[in-house]
Amino acid sequence: MIELANISKNFGKVQALQGVSLSAEAGSIHGIVGENGAGKSTLMKILTGFTSRSGGEILCRGKKISLDRPSDAMRFGIGMLYQEPLDFPQLSVLENFMAGEAAFAPGQARADLARLAAAFGFVFHPDNRVETLTVGERQQLELLRLIHGGARLLILDEPTTGISERQQEQLFAALRRLKADGAAILLVSHKLEEIDSLCDTVTVLRHGRVAAAMRCPFDRQALLQAMFDSLPERLSPPQTATGKEPVVEFDRVVVTVGRAGLHEATITVRTGEVVGLAGMDGSGQAVFLKIAGGFLPPESGQIRRFGRTLPNGCGCSRDVAFLPADRLAEGLLPGMTLREHHILAARGHIFLSAATGLAGSRRAIDDFNIKGHPETTAEELSGGNQQRLLLSLIPDEVRLILMENPTRGLDVQSADWTWQQLHRRKAEDGAIIFASPDLEEIMAQATRVVVFYDGRIILDTPTAATDYHEISRAITGEAGTTGPSDEVGRSGLLPD
Amino acid sequence: MRYVQFMKHPLFSRFARISVIAGLALGGVGLLLFTLGISPVDIGVTLARGSILSLQKFGHVLTIWIPLLLCSCGLLFTFRAGLWNIGIEGQVVFGAIAATLLLREENLGLPAAATLILAHILSFIGGGLWAAFAGFLKNRGGVNEIFGGLGLNFVAQGLILWLILGPWKRAGVASMSGTEMFARELWLSTPPGWRLAPAALVIACIAFAATAVLLGATRFGLQIRATGINPTAARLFGIHPGRTGLLAMAIGGGLAGLAGGLQVSCVYHRLLPSISSGYGYLALLVVMLAHYRLRPVPAICLFFACLAAGSIQLPIVLKLDSSLAGVIQGACVVSALLVHGLQKRQRGEL
Repeated sequence: MIELANISKNFGKVQALQGVSLSAEAGSIHGIVGENGAGKSTLMKILTGFTSRSGGEILCRGKKISLDRPSDAMRFGIGMLYQEPLDFPQLSVLENFMAGEAAFAPGQARADLARLAAAFGFVFHPDNRVETLTVGERQQLELLRLIHGGARLLILDEPTTGISERQQEQLFAALRRLKADGAAILLVSHKLEEIDSLCDTVTVLRHGRVAAAMRCPFDRQALLQAMFDSLPERLSPPQTATGKEPVVEFDRVVVTVGRAGLHEATITVRTGEVVGLAGMDGSGQAVFLKIAGGFLPPESGQIRRFGRTLPNGCGCSRDVAFLPADRLAEGLLPGMTLREHHILAARGHIFLSAATGLAGSRRAIDDFNIKGHPETTAEELSGGNQQRLLLSLIPDEVRLILMENPTRGLDVQSADWTWQQLHRRKAEDGAIIFASPDLEEIMAQATRVVVFYDGRIILDTPTAATDYHEISRAITGEAGTTGPSDEVGRSGLLPD
Repeated sequence: MRYVQFMKHPLFSRFARISVIAGLALGGVGLLLFTLGISPVDIGVTLARGSILSLQKFGHVLTIWIPLLLCSCGLLFTFRAGLWNIGIEGQVVFGAIAATLLLREENLGLPAAATLILAHILSFIGGGLWAAFAGFLKNRGGVNEIFGGLGLNFVAQGLILWLILGPWKRAGVASMSGTEMFARELWLSTPPGWRLAPAALVIACIAFAATAVLLGATRFGLQIRATGINPTAARLFGIHPGRTGLLAMAIGGGLAGLAGGLQVSCVYHRLLPSISSGYGYLALLVVMLAHYRLRPVPAICLFFACLAAGSIQLPIVLKLDSSLAGVIQGACVVSALLVHGLQKRQRGEL
């Protein structure tokens, strides 16, 4: 349906894409895989008219077309499902569904939405505001909106990130159905299982070029070899013994921010622990991390770090590091160089010269394998390198590392490497608490699993004593038989 | 956007950019004058005669350059911290009031030099506190610094009028022409025939050097920038964005206050209702024209000061209003913003 021929793109001196060709056929799912910075996002941006290409041609049903702006892409039936839903949270489900339509016909749209939702097995209340939906539901709504708007080529960017198992099944069923109806689908993903189970063809990008193009069934080994320069080494997670000393203690902490807030969270994390926080998006994990980091004061209850009660429950300190999910928007300083980041993260250096921090920055770049130099600015780095930069900025004296989605957007190799660093960094007297939508990651890396449901801790257990089944049941709100304490059980029975 | 393609070229250096900005602005104003039947050349000659072509006139240019440079330095602090310090006019006024507080006292029992030094310290503190108040309103009350600053400008203007017409009025009659002149020994000394006090020039240069060092070569300057770029991320680096912003406001306001103090001690020797002469707002234009960078600031201040000083001659020589200087200054800033905007667009940032 859509054919890309010899597409190239350069940003200044950086060649992001070079002679990339691929075609998306009607009635098939085409996978696009590649390491971070391989050029996937740039390619998608060109296809959706957000970025102009520097060379090459785009053909739609054999005819040359130009995609200069997103409305052009829409006209040719190209629709994209972004990793972060591109919707209007303050508007209702119905209003979002109607966004971008030429005609204003709420009655018709309401009927169309009901019909489409029923066809795909999605459940929507048209008058609810989109901000009350989960990421998965917002994605479903976007998908319906695109189909309703006449999209015949759907591009999905990491669609299973941050959505539940059940939503994933629904999504896959929907994609298979769309394929049967003759739609062309481009699936950008890091997860090879998804590629295996969904795609008919796959294109591997590496360093902005096509490294391989394959048809189903895929040779996993060949795929990995095409993606990476060398195959990553797997490592088994260290199972350190839990120490005695409490690192962070929550005592009936209550806040009402976020979708679910946090209801009387009581938990003690001790030295040597790696705690994985699981749960549906917005069930309280993010709020929990912000409170633990001292960025958000609790409305009631107490929080102690390293045995000290925080004044007003708030306060940053140099022995705690927080790595946010949105690295560039929340964790780094765009426009500042790596060297300047390292100066700010280190102690000392009251007066600065052009040489200040240069050695330290060079060392960090080497140690953490950051693809950049001391005078590169943060926004010039790719997602994986931004995460490496964040890791390299953690001061030595840090004893508590808090993270949201630590390996989000990272390929297998970078993710493994990241965890290797983290386990190394967590000295005997420290702890790591991380939230991840990826259960596999939690099972592989955490020594203890804490599941949040609707702002409550519903399951708190050592990783060794639990399994996928129990955790996924807890995530959907079914209290396990072994996990929750009496306290949680009781509060579940009381009317609110 | 083909016509700005050449700007991406590395050869399109800083010099070329300045030429384009100046060409756009002066070309535009020149064309406007030409269509009105006024010779741009006459204007240029008059402006030059009134500013740089005589040593005495150049001294006058420098008396404008000094407060303009101080205000611009102050604004660099706040802009770097991501704050729009529109309240700078009020801070100039407050600095002037603070200095007058001391300079109009006749029986202080201090040597004149000490009084003068104290008065200028007080003007720094006065402007700083007035700015910090706007910062405090932002941090604690959620009042945007633009609206808070604007409001405080009116308060400061009201206060200065009340002081001049009320408690500090001239013996016998209250007048808009200001308070009583200060005692002669409390004027910053000027060479005979000049209005320029060398001490003020030294203070301005020291302030500029201090700004350059603080913003460009200290950890504090980096922290201010970090706060301006991304307050959320800055907190992760142990920076307190509210506190850093407040400090940037206080320093910026202090420099503006110092400008006000120098206006009373070495230019007018009394407190006037229009003591700020609009230099605070003009400095906003200077810093925007400098694209928030430090290095071009002194030169741009000098250029603007020449225009302001030279334009005094316009009504006398050409029967034109002196506000033409403002038109040229405004045209420069708009051209600069346009060129920077086009370049940004070209790079795909807009």
